[in-house]
Amino acid sequence: MSVADAHAARIEFRDWGWRYADRDAWAVRGVDLVVEPGERVAVVGPSGAGKSTLLRAVAAVLPDEPDAADDTAAEVRGSVLVDGAAPGSVRGRVGLVMQDPEAHTVMSRIGDDVAFGCENLGVERSETWLRVRHALDVVGLDLPLDRSTTRLSGGQRQRLALAGVLAMRPGALVLDEPCANLDPNGVVQVHDAVRALLDDTGATLLVVEHRIGTWLDLVDRLVLLEPGGGVVADGPPAEVLRTHGDALTAAGVWVPGAEPAPGSARRLHSTPDGAQLAAALPDGAQLGPTLLHAERLATARGRRQRVGTGIDLTVTRGQVLAVTGPNGVGKSTLGLTLAGLLRPAAGVLRATEPLADGAGPSPSAWSSRTLAARIGTVFQEPEHQFVARTVRAELEAGPRALGLSDPAARADDLLDAFALRHLADANPFTLSGGEQRRLAIGTVVATRPPVVVLDEPTSGQDRATWQAVVDRLGALADSGTAVIAVTHDRDLISALDADRIVLTATGATGVKDRDTTTGDAR
Amino acid sequence: MLLGVLGLGVCLVLSLDVVSAAVALAIELALLPLLRIPFRTLLLRTSPVLLAVPLTGLSIALYGRASGREWFDLGFAHVTDGSLVLAVATMLRVLAVGIPSVALFIRADPTDLADGLAQVLRLPARFVLGALAAIRMMTILGEDWRQLGMARRARGLADTGRLRRGASMAFALLVVALRRATTLAVAMEARGFGAPGARTWARPARFGRQEWAAVAVLVGIGMVSIAVAVAVGTWRA
Amino acid sequence: MSTGAPTTTSTERPVVKRSLRWRVVDIVVASVLAVAVGVVFKLWEYGYEPLSAAVALVLPGTQALFGGVWLLAGPIVALIVRKPGAALYAEMVAASVEALLGTQWGWSTLEAGLVQGLGAELVLAIFLYRVYRLPVIVLAGAAAGLAMGINDSVLSYAGYDASFKAVYIVCGAITGAVIAGIGSWLIVRALARTGVLSSFAVGREHAKRRPSSAA
Repeated sequence: MSVADAHAARIEFRDWGWRYADRDAWAVRGVDLVVEPGERVAVVGPSGAGKSTLLRAVAAVLPDEPDAADDTAAEVRGSVLVDGAAPGSVRGRVGLVMQDPEAHTVMSRIGDDVAFGCENLGVERSETWLRVRHALDVVGLDLPLDRSTTRLSGGQRQRLALAGVLAMRPGALVLDEPCANLDPNGVVQVHDAVRALLDDTGATLLVVEHRIGTWLDLVDRLVLLEPGGGVVADGPPAEVLRTHGDALTAAGVWVPGAEPAPGSARRLHSTPDGAQLAAALPDGAQLGPTLLHAERLATARGRRQRVGTGIDLTVTRGQVLAVTGPNGVGKSTLGLTLAGLLRPAAGVLRATEPLADGAGPSPSAWSSRTLAARIGTVFQEPEHQFVARTVRAELEAGPRALGLSDPAARADDLLDAFALRHLADANPFTLSGGEQRRLAIGTVVATRPPVVVLDEPTSGQDRATWQAVVDRLGALADSGTAVIAVTHDRDLISALDADRIVLTATGATGVKDRDTTTGDAR
Repeated sequence: MLLGVLGLGVCLVLSLDVVSAAVALAIELALLPLLRIPFRTLLLRTSPVLLAVPLTGLSIALYGRASGREWFDLGFAHVTDGSLVLAVATMLRVLAVGIPSVALFIRADPTDLADGLAQVLRLPARFVLGALAAIRMMTILGEDWRQLGMARRARGLADTGRLRRGASMAFALLVVALRRATTLAVAMEARGFGAPGARTWARPARFGRQEWAAVAVLVGIGMVSIAVAVAVGTWRA
Repeated sequence: MSTGAPTTTSTERPVVKRSLRWRVVDIVVASVLAVAVGVVFKLWEYGYEPLSAAVALVLPGTQALFGGVWLLAGPIVALIVRKPGAALYAEMVAASVEALLGTQWGWSTLEAGLVQGLGAELVLAIFLYRVYRLPVIVLAGAAAGLAMGINDSVLSYAGYDASFKAVYIVCGAITGAVIAGIGSWLIVRALARTGVLSSFAVGREHAKRRPSSAA
C-alpha cells in the first residue's frame, strides 16, 4: 500500500474546446485552467456550460473519437493534460464519480465492486484486497465484503463509488454532481467520505455541484464557466461569491445565503393580504373540502415487502403536503399508494365524494381513465412517463385517452404555460432534464386532476430549473389543486409553505409548517 | 456446471425413446432434494417447462412421424401409434432436460459463473464482464418496468390496448436501458475497464472437486439412461 | 477518446476512419441491450406458447412465424454497435438470460442462440461489417431465421415429418426477414430519434442535429 503511488496529479487545460458529435455548437471553448497537485477546485456555471464535459475530458471518458475530417464526428481543440500526458494514457490516475448513484455499481457484491478498478489496473490479488478493505474503512462503509449491492441507499452507493475510486490510488478525484440526487443525510455522508479520501491520498480535487455550499469548506478555488466559452472567474471561493454572486445565482448555482424566501412560490401567502388571510385561519382549518383520507394506512411494495404502517392523514383542496422522512422509510411507496397506483397493505385509504365523483372510495380500484382524471402522478424519472413521439403529442395523450373534446387546445395552452413551445415537435427523450421535468408536470396537468402527487420533483436540479418547477407547483396550489410532494428538499417545502408529514417506521406525524425552524429528525 | 448440463443434454438428444428419458427423469427427481431449493421457487421457475410439456406432447401426437396403427386422421394431423409414443418420449425428454437446467441455474451465482468463464475457459474478459454487469442491471430494469406500468396507469392509458401498451413499454424500457448502459460504460471506463495491459482477477475461479462431481453426476445420468434403453431394446437414434 | 492532440485544427491520426475495435461503450451497450431484449424474449415466451400452439394445431409448421422475435437481439445490436461479432454476442447473451430465467429448452437455448447469431453474423461478415443498410439487415435476419428453422427442425422437432419441417424452415426465413430484419431496422431508427444513441454512428445518421440549448 505504497502512498508514494498516489502522488497528486496536475491538471492543465490549454485553450481547450470540445464539440459533441450531435450538436452544432461547441460545448466549451477556450478553457485555460491549471490545477496544481493537491489543489481543490470547484467548478460552477449554468447548465450547458460544459462542466461535465470538462470533467469527463480529465477522466478520459468523452464519448466520441474526434475527427476533423468527418463533420458528423466530435471535434476537439487545444489540449488537456494530466501530469503532462494525455488523460487516456494515464488511466487509473483520475477517479470519476457521477451523479446517478445506480450508474457506478458494476458488481453484485460490495467487495467485488471496489476491487473492480484494481483488477482493471492489473493490481496483484493480495494487494487488491488490502486496498479494498482500506478504502471501505476510509469512506466509512462498514459492511461485510459479500453484502449485496442491490439494496444500498443513495449515500451508501456514492460512498461505494468513492471507495472503488480510492482503491485505484488516484492522483486526482473528479466529482460530477455527486450529491445531486441524495437526501441531506446522504450529502453529509458523501462530504465526509470525500474529506477522508482527500486526507488519505492528498489527491487533487475537481468538483462540480449546483449546491456549492456543501463543498465550500473543502475547496481552495472556485471557477465559473460560461456556456460555449471559457473561464469567467477564478479565485478563492469567498471572493468569487462576493463579486459574482448575482451572476452565479442566475447561472443556477445555489449561493449560500441566497435561498428562496419561505412561501415565495405562493402568491396567496406571499402578498400581504394573502399572508394575513392565511394567518387568520386557525391551525387545522381547511382551505377546502377533504379529498383523500387515510386511516391506519399500511403501505407495501409488492406482496411481501411491507414498508409503512399506522399512517393517518388527510388531504384537502388547495393544500400542499410534503411527505418527508429518513431514507428508506417508504416515502415513495406512500406517495404511490396515495396516488392509487399501489394497493394499501392494510388500513383504509378513502377518496371522498368531491374527489371520487361517483367512482367509488378506493383509488387503487379505479380504472386507469378514472384515475387520470382525478389524481395525477409525476414520477421521479420523467422519462418513465413518456409515451409519444413529440412533445405536443405527449401533452395531448392524457386528454385523448379520457376522450375529452379539446386535446389540441389544451396542449397549446400548456406549451405556452410551460415554455415548451419551441420544442413542440421534438422527441421528448431529447429534452434536457429541466425541460423533461416541466413536460412531465404538463402532461399530468393536462387532464386537470384535483390532486397531483409528485415523487422527488426537484432532485438534482440547478437553481433556475428548480425555480421554474417550484413556481409551477405554487401556481397549481394557488389554483386549488391539492399537491402532494414526496421530497427531502427543505427549500421546496419552505418555498411552497407546505404542510409537512414526517414519516417514521411506525407512523406519520404532521408538522404544522408556519415556522420551518422546527428541525426534522436527522 | 454448465458443462454438466450440456453433457446431459447431448446424451439425451442422441436418443428419442421413452425409456431413456424416463430413467433420466427418475434419477433427476430423486436427486433434486439434494439441491435444497424451496419448492415454491422451483415450481415458479419451471412453470414454462411444465406448461409447455402437454402442448408439445399434443402437437407431436398430431403431427409426428407416422408409424403403426392409425387412430385418427384430420387434414394434416395423423394420430398414430408411432406418433403417440414419440409424443410421450418427447414430453419426458423435455422434462428431463428442462428441470435440471432450471434447477441448476437457480443456484448459479452469475459472478462465479463469469469468473469461471473468463479464467478457466479463457473467454475474452471484456465481454464476459460486460455481460456480467449487464445481467446485474436486470433487477434495476425490472423496477423500471414496474414504474413504466404505473406511469401508464396514472396517465389513463392502461385500460385498453394491451399489446400496444406492451410494445410501447418495451420500447421505453429499451430507451431507459440504453441510457443506463451509456452511463455505466462511462463509469466502467473511468475505472480502467478496457484499458490496455493485463488484467488481474481478485477472485480465483473455483473449479474444484465440487464442480467436477456435479459434472460427473449429470453425465452419469445421461450414460445410465442410455445404457438402460439399450438393454431394454427401445433405443432409437 | 484521446484529447491530447496539442494542435488546433487538423489532427493527423493513422487510424482508419471507422475502427472495427470494440470500445467500452460498445461492449456495455451491446451487453445491456442484449439483456434487455432477452428479458423481452422471456415475456414473449409466456405469450408464445398459447398462440403458437393454437396456430400449430391448425397449420403445422407455421409456429415458426412467431419465432422472429427471438432473432431480434442480433440485428438490433449489430445495427447499433457495428462491430464484428456483435450479432453473435448479442444472441448468446440474450439466450443466456433466457436460460438463467428458466426456459423449457434449457441448454439448447444457448445452442440455438449460437446458431442464430452465426447466421446473422455470416451475412454481415460478407459485407465486411461496413454496410448496414436495410437490404443487408433483412438478409441477415433471413439468414438467422433460416438457421433457426434448420436448427429447430433437427433438434426440437426431430420427431415430426418432412413436410412439417419444410414449412417450418421456410416460415423461419420469412419471420427472420420481416421481424428481425425490417423490425429491427425500424426499432433502431426509432431509438435513434430519441437521441439515446448519440454515441453511435446510427444515432448521428437519424437524429437531427440540435443546436446546443440552454436548459
